[in-house]
Amino acid sequence: MTNMARTDLDRLENQSVFIFREAYHSFKNVAMPWSMGKDSNVLIWLACKAFFGRVPFPVLHIDTTYEFPEMLEFREWATEHYKLNLVVKINKEARARGVGYETHDPVTVTHELKTVALQQAMAQYGWDALITGIRRDEDPTRAKERCFSPRNAQFEWDYKDQPPEFWGQFATTAGKGEHVRVQPLLDWTEVDIWRYIQRENIPIPQMYFAKNGQRYRSLGCRPITKPIKSNADTIDAIITELETTRTSERAGRAQDHHERNAMQKLRAKGFL
Amino acid sequence: MTNRASSTHDLASSIDPKLRVVFVGHVDHGKSTLIGRILNDTNSLPEGKLEQVQRACAAENMEFEFAFLLDALLEEQEQNITIDTTQIPFKTVKRNYMIIDAPGHKEFLKNMITGAANADAAVLVIAANEGVQEQSKRHAYLLSLLGVQQFCVVVNKMDLTDYSEARFREIEDKYRQFLKTLNLEPRVFIPASARFGENIISPSKKMMWHKGPTVADALDDMAPLAPPVELPLRFCVQDVYKFDERRIIAGRIETGMLRVGDELVFSPANKTSIVQSIESWQPRSDNASGRANNETAIAGDSIGITLREQIFVERGYVGSHSKNAPIETNRFHADLFWIARQPARLSYLYTARLATQEVRCQIVSLDEVMDSSSLERSATKAEQLERNEVGRMTLQTRAPIVLDNHDRVPPLGRFVLVDDGMICGGGIIHGGVYTDRAAVKSKNIFWSEGKINAQARAAQHGHRGAVIWLTGLSGSGKSTIAQALERELFVRAMHPYILDGDNIRHGLNSNLGFSPDDRVENIRRVSEVAKLMSDAGNVVITAFISPYRADRQRARAIAMEGNAEFIEVFVDAPLAVCEERDPKNLYKKARAGEIREFTGIDAPYEAPVDPEIVVQTHQQSVEESVATILERLLPRLK
Repeated sequence: MTNMARTDLDRLENQSVFIFREAYHSFKNVAMPWSMGKDSNVLIWLACKAFFGRVPFPVLHIDTTYEFPEMLEFREWATEHYKLNLVVKINKEARARGVGYETHDPVTVTHELKTVALQQAMAQYGWDALITGIRRDEDPTRAKERCFSPRNAQFEWDYKDQPPEFWGQFATTAGKGEHVRVQPLLDWTEVDIWRYIQRENIPIPQMYFAKNGQRYRSLGCRPITKPIKSNADTIDAIITELETTRTSERAGRAQDHHERNAMQKLRAKGFL
Repeated sequence: MTNRASSTHDLASSIDPKLRVVFVGHVDHGKSTLIGRILNDTNSLPEGKLEQVQRACAAENMEFEFAFLLDALLEEQEQNITIDTTQIPFKTVKRNYMIIDAPGHKEFLKNMITGAANADAAVLVIAANEGVQEQSKRHAYLLSLLGVQQFCVVVNKMDLTDYSEARFREIEDKYRQFLKTLNLEPRVFIPASARFGENIISPSKKMMWHKGPTVADALDDMAPLAPPVELPLRFCVQDVYKFDERRIIAGRIETGMLRVGDELVFSPANKTSIVQSIESWQPRSDNASGRANNETAIAGDSIGITLREQIFVERGYVGSHSKNAPIETNRFHADLFWIARQPARLSYLYTARLATQEVRCQIVSLDEVMDSSSLERSATKAEQLERNEVGRMTLQTRAPIVLDNHDRVPPLGRFVLVDDGMICGGGIIHGGVYTDRAAVKSKNIFWSEGKINAQARAAQHGHRGAVIWLTGLSGSGKSTIAQALERELFVRAMHPYILDGDNIRHGLNSNLGFSPDDRVENIRRVSEVAKLMSDAGNVVITAFISPYRADRQRARAIAMEGNAEFIEVFVDAPLAVCEERDPKNLYKKARAGEIREFTGIDAPYEAPVDPEIVVQTHQQSVEESVATILERLLPRLK
């Protein structure tokens, strides 16, 4: 007899697959930013589920040139493993101007090397939708996001007048120069991500697992990403750790905390 | 009541679906404060968050409020209002939750709906000092419309009424009475003070008279909605993929259950085929989900299937079992709430989206309008539905739509109307009649088989074809009226087209001059073209002097051959007035002898004897003339 029960992860997976398919149908020119982080890899996995073993659109890595070498290694491996159509984008112009963590504050660098790089890639490839891996529980401004979230030609997020979203109906049109952020993981929590990685046995970079009493909980640019104290060297241990911790996931990401409301400012200007 | 002191880790809590609970209520009745307090008292806040907000308040000489814990946007912090829906996870000993904080302001209705439509359960918050307010009523009504049945009421701010049981009972009685009119039955009323943490997670000592649960207990007593497997199967096709040799029909099962080997009927094409396989990327292993095989899928599952026979299927099609098929129609009744700034207008062309279907449609009648806060109904003959109003209406689609009554299969009984890419409103379908698919096809359905006739075209266009024949002296206003009329019909999503000297004389009739014979031939050809175009479903407006009765009679006869409506409109104005207007200086030239046989000067104009419509342009403005025509015309085009 078939078990009629569906778990929380089943519900989340079904919803994400539904969103992927809606996005793929609705937009001509879709791309998926990929940071090689855990959420990003869940996103690839869900795309494979939605499209029966393939990611039928380009995957974009915004290379800030401050990447962890382990992440770049993982990038090469996963590109081959999933047969991804990988696009790598570096804001060379900003690097040439000397923008970098050595000389600039993290909000400026994040904006230049991530958001502006993204804008350059968008202009180059003309994508009208980006599938992102953001989640509501990561940050209070992301808690207010929609699954389909429009951005204007300047990449601005009009968080004061977001489109309604109900009954599986979304804002699925973008005007010229505009794009829509499609966010299939919005309803997932950090623990959900880990439980799903465990259930599905999804490959992820090893830096999430503790070594010498430290592990990375969230991964970004090398100079501004700090590990946490942890002995969690298995997924089980990580899940147990997360169930008791009261520290926020992105506490180790300097750009979020550089000033009051840094994330809102970054995101209003186009950051994921 | 559950024992909250226990802290044993319950494995079920991490596997069972989260309870999605929306908090709604009038602005400033304390929704955000209540949520902030719950997060705080269940230790769900990030470390240091409380202290950080408290410090920020102290620095700005503000009194700390728990609501501040939720405000993420600068504007929200500064104005102390919730602008957009926030979703926050938290957990009790019993289970995981997703809390949805929906703004209460009148203008934020769309955000409230966005939050509430996805909820399993709701908490309605009413402030004890202010009692039941406009939004308290509006939100309850929308919950009933959205089908959120599971909810409790928190009477907050009891500290402002000295924790008075009498005040609590007064509000409870009043609100219960109101909810009854909506057929809503709250599980429980809870007196509370979010600010002071009374009856939030532990029973209040200040309100010993309350024997019911705390807010947290009430939440734990509710349950996530189970997948509607017992309802008839509705498999809504999102896409058809041909990535490899397989032709996979991808979609979501909204209700019911699907098994390999089932015979499915796909609407609206009404073609059947047998499910050959349920496809998936990774064979579903024997994991916690219980999907031990690929033989069965249930409501909520996003799946892909292959069919044994390769029938045509595309996005929007709905697969069902033949016994319990949905309704297929082009006309249906609904209650529609409107959230766009621009009001909903009769006859305007919208796009209806229902599950994965997308169909052009119009509101053909608006029978009742209700103010969603006072819930007062007015059965007026309103022409539009304002923002925040709910209307009972009839809609007509340009192509067949597959649907269910909302009380039977909710996911197929609701739709949104979209204008210019924006979701403007949502509707609940009722009163649809189910017919046996195998039996005689409904007379509403013309498109399935056979010759495309005028009736079928009319159904698709939303109106019949017709010839509107304007006749009158030069300068009487035919062209002006024709253009204004065309625009009026066009904005009603109809298909008007003007035939006049400009587009006929230069092309089709470029070989004709102005001799009496050529004039007759000119009108004959116009009549034939008008007939063809009206047969194709258009509303043809002709703007020719057409001075001879015989010519116009023949135009009528030609139109009638094609079964088109022929409506003669006499654009009447005295010769003196027309000559005075003389927009093209033709009268001057005729008086000067430069033009011969000019109607009204040296050629006769035979006024219609019994035209369908007369407009007198020397007495009526263009708008009035067009209104006169529309009033007589529109009923004849239905």
